[in-house]
Amino acid sequence: MTTKSFGQRVQRTEDERFLRGRGQYTDDLLPDALHVAVLRSPHAHARIGDIEVDAVLDVEGVVAVYTYEDLEGAMAEPLPLLIPHPALTHGRTQYALARDEVNYVGEAVAMVVATDRYVAEDAAARITVVYETLPVVVGIDAARDASRLVHDDVPGNVAARMEQSTGDAAAAIAKAPHRLELELDIERSACMPLEGRATAARWDTDTSRLTVWTSTQTSTGVRAAVASKLGLDLVQVDVITPDVGGGFGVKVVHPWPEEVLVPMAARLLGRPVKFTEDRREHFISSAHERAQHHHVEVGFDDDGRVEGLSVQFWHDNGAYTPYGLIVPIITSTQLLGPYKPPVYSVVFESLYTNTVIVTPYRGAGRPQGVFAMERTMDAIAAYLGKDRAAVRAVNFIQPDEFPYDQGLIFQDGKPLIYDSGDFPQSLDKIKALVGWDDFERVRDEARAEGRTVGIGLACYVEGTGVGPYEGGHVQVETTGKVKVSTGLTTQGQGHQTAFAQIVADELGVRFEDVEVVTGDTRRMPYAVGTYASRAAVMSGSAIALTARAVKAKALKLAADALEVAEDDLEVADGVVSVKGAPSSNVSLGTLAVLSNPLRYAFDEASKSATQFSVGDPDAVPVPEGESPGLESRDYFSPPRSTFASGMHAVVVETDPETAEISILRYCVVHDCGRLINPLIVEGQIHGGVAQGVGGALYERMAYDEHGQLQNASFMDFLMPYVSEVPREIEVDHLETPSPLNPLGIKGAGEAGVIPSAALFASAIEDAEGFAITRMPISPSELYALRLEHATTEGADR
Amino acid sequence: MEADLTWRVDGVEHTLAVDTRTTVLDALRDRLGNTSPKKGCDHGQCGACTVLVDGRRQLSCLGLAVAHDGSEITTAAGLVDGDELHPVQQAFVDHDGLQCGYCTPGQVCSAVGMLDEVKAGHPSAVSDDLEADVELDEDEIRERMSGNLCRCGAYSNIVAAIEEAARA
Repeated sequence: MTTKSFGQRVQRTEDERFLRGRGQYTDDLLPDALHVAVLRSPHAHARIGDIEVDAVLDVEGVVAVYTYEDLEGAMAEPLPLLIPHPALTHGRTQYALARDEVNYVGEAVAMVVATDRYVAEDAAARITVVYETLPVVVGIDAARDASRLVHDDVPGNVAARMEQSTGDAAAAIAKAPHRLELELDIERSACMPLEGRATAARWDTDTSRLTVWTSTQTSTGVRAAVASKLGLDLVQVDVITPDVGGGFGVKVVHPWPEEVLVPMAARLLGRPVKFTEDRREHFISSAHERAQHHHVEVGFDDDGRVEGLSVQFWHDNGAYTPYGLIVPIITSTQLLGPYKPPVYSVVFESLYTNTVIVTPYRGAGRPQGVFAMERTMDAIAAYLGKDRAAVRAVNFIQPDEFPYDQGLIFQDGKPLIYDSGDFPQSLDKIKALVGWDDFERVRDEARAEGRTVGIGLACYVEGTGVGPYEGGHVQVETTGKVKVSTGLTTQGQGHQTAFAQIVADELGVRFEDVEVVTGDTRRMPYAVGTYASRAAVMSGSAIALTARAVKAKALKLAADALEVAEDDLEVADGVVSVKGAPSSNVSLGTLAVLSNPLRYAFDEASKSATQFSVGDPDAVPVPEGESPGLESRDYFSPPRSTFASGMHAVVVETDPETAEISILRYCVVHDCGRLINPLIVEGQIHGGVAQGVGGALYERMAYDEHGQLQNASFMDFLMPYVSEVPREIEVDHLETPSPLNPLGIKGAGEAGVIPSAALFASAIEDAEGFAITRMPISPSELYALRLEHATTEGADR
Repeated sequence: MEADLTWRVDGVEHTLAVDTRTTVLDALRDRLGNTSPKKGCDHGQCGACTVLVDGRRQLSCLGLAVAHDGSEITTAAGLVDGDELHPVQQAFVDHDGLQCGYCTPGQVCSAVGMLDEVKAGHPSAVSDDLEADVELDEDEIRERMSGNLCRCGAYSNIVAAIEEAARA
């Protein structure tokens, strides 16, 4: 009998290749390609005068140089606005190479193609560009002030203003027994995958076909963009996503300028061309996220039950808006978390600044929303003198209230309806795991030793598995090996393993006989992409449905071959056998032969298939409605997103002298529905927590008033090393299946990072006894807050 | 300006002429086609390019190739013994010590070099007694591996993997 694979801690099949140094990332490919260096704007806001490139062409090894003047047709148009929205009244996107004006440091101005990167960079340095600098807008305050404009034709720097409400929040707040107002800030961070962006392209002159390898989260998106920009038919373009060294959101934006410029150059030059971003380029010209300022007003009763909630916030979208309003829309809706305020209203403005674009980074607006909501819960608890967990509990949606309609429209344009969950049980679990009710004893013991500790709690709900669809293709070869493909891409989530587990169970084959390919438009031309914690839900479900279809086809053939009813058959380890009479059997490989009326006896399976006879001898070889081959292609398209949830708790210690913040315990209760592979899910949680720790305590983008990024290196932008992450991340799972997909699963990829800012603020506030309203927080900032509060308290006395 | 250089890389000798500005990393990747070490920052700040040079771990993006004429260089690809993974590599599989795999060749080279440093008695910033044999506890592993970034955050499992490899 085949051992059930779904739900098991199966070791990842990807690992060995990576460990042997055989990972194949984009820069590892096309060793003979020409190399690209991009000249980028040194100014945050400037008009471009003359660009002088003649000196470049004198450099030995330079093959071509391009500026905006060299772009033709659709290439000369602005890059696409991927996700338009009616509220985005002033959407703006950049050109592949800047035209007339630059709006952030790092914007691509010219591109040099040369025999190697050393030469290309030397040559790019010879280009002279005349810039007339313009006033610079950096930060939300400057953008709101609007005395300077990023785009002349965008009044107030406002790209969009959007409002949603479920009733008259102001009236509900006014009537409530208690009221609070909060101002809450989060600064910029970024995905910062260790592999930056990279694109390689080869034009085949003989066949007029373009092959593009790119480090992307959406191969089909890049394919469509490249075809459209270069005026090619879609079938002339193949996009292959090789191994990707981390994405976390930044690689879902498409096309990046280089993703169309490199194929353009490859086609014009008739030679393979490659662009590999360096780290400084990634800092200044790939996307950031997170910066928002929030104003919260809340009214509540004596138990802390929210009666009305009103939120205003301002979102820094950088210089352009290629990704529309996804991030602030997610903040505005997912802010509600596991709670059910009877009346909620939210309004946001998305603002231009002269900084690099802002697009989703793991969590995508949720960390900010959770920060606003959870800080509010803590403030209510502090105001009433109540337990923070108890205040949350009275506001929870209850298990019998699902599906729960929040009365808003979510990022995917669908109603914000939570499908399932059990928040009270999650809270019980996290309290038990961290020892919430026993913490005063821990605090007292620490205090007796002269140490200061605090505990924090944060809850979140994450809409995952957004549509519109993904597909799966499953094919049984005559060897019995099963080849699976799905169009979305992989950047470390173990898709090959998790999807093979699904196929092994659904089809009844051995896990090791299943091979999964992702992100290759030659294998699966219709697909969406890997973002929004959607891969397992969308492609996992599509692949499961496809495997079921293949199994049905196999059973029909086997019933015919073995002359029994389909109901009397079972499939295990790649063999279909008669229940109770296992010696009467036929392998899936043999059935693959039988499924194809054209049977050259090339292999053993074909020869052994000759003992069986299938099909109606009086019918045509491939009857209507059937197809040759033991294979199928199917798609999964859910009615709306499925909502995962979780609660994190942390115990921190703050140094009384240096204000250093140490993590003593980190606990997670996580509910992503049914688990395909707990090993992979826990890895995703660990990774999210590590990024969350970075976002809460270390990472910020330090732009100066001129729009220069002052910390554009790993030495100055502090990401957690192994020395900064919690020693142990204690994880407990809760599994409330989703009713919206065939496997009952929910997304897990982003979850770990979502509550971090709220969580650490809660714990540090608990340790220190004063409000924490800005994140991230460094020891020096905490120290400054101590001085400020000591002075205030002194003045109060 | 070019200079000649002879190396043994993963057990194979190579003689090549390189632009004197060429780093060890670029020479390995672009000249020898050995893409095992990865470029994460090119500034010695991420550790993805870590290789063993004459047995010591080194950031290959920070060294000039011409400065290592005659050296024996081992990348993650050269740690294996035929089909057999190095015990450190196997421990990474057993403990799920990686996700996207980009930092992984550097992590394993760093771990192998680090374990040899421990055997040789090198103290670290968290060693209490600079003269005594090193007791490789979790604090020591974290300190000694703190030059290798993993943005996927597989750190807890990397530590577990190295603990196991150290016991073997």
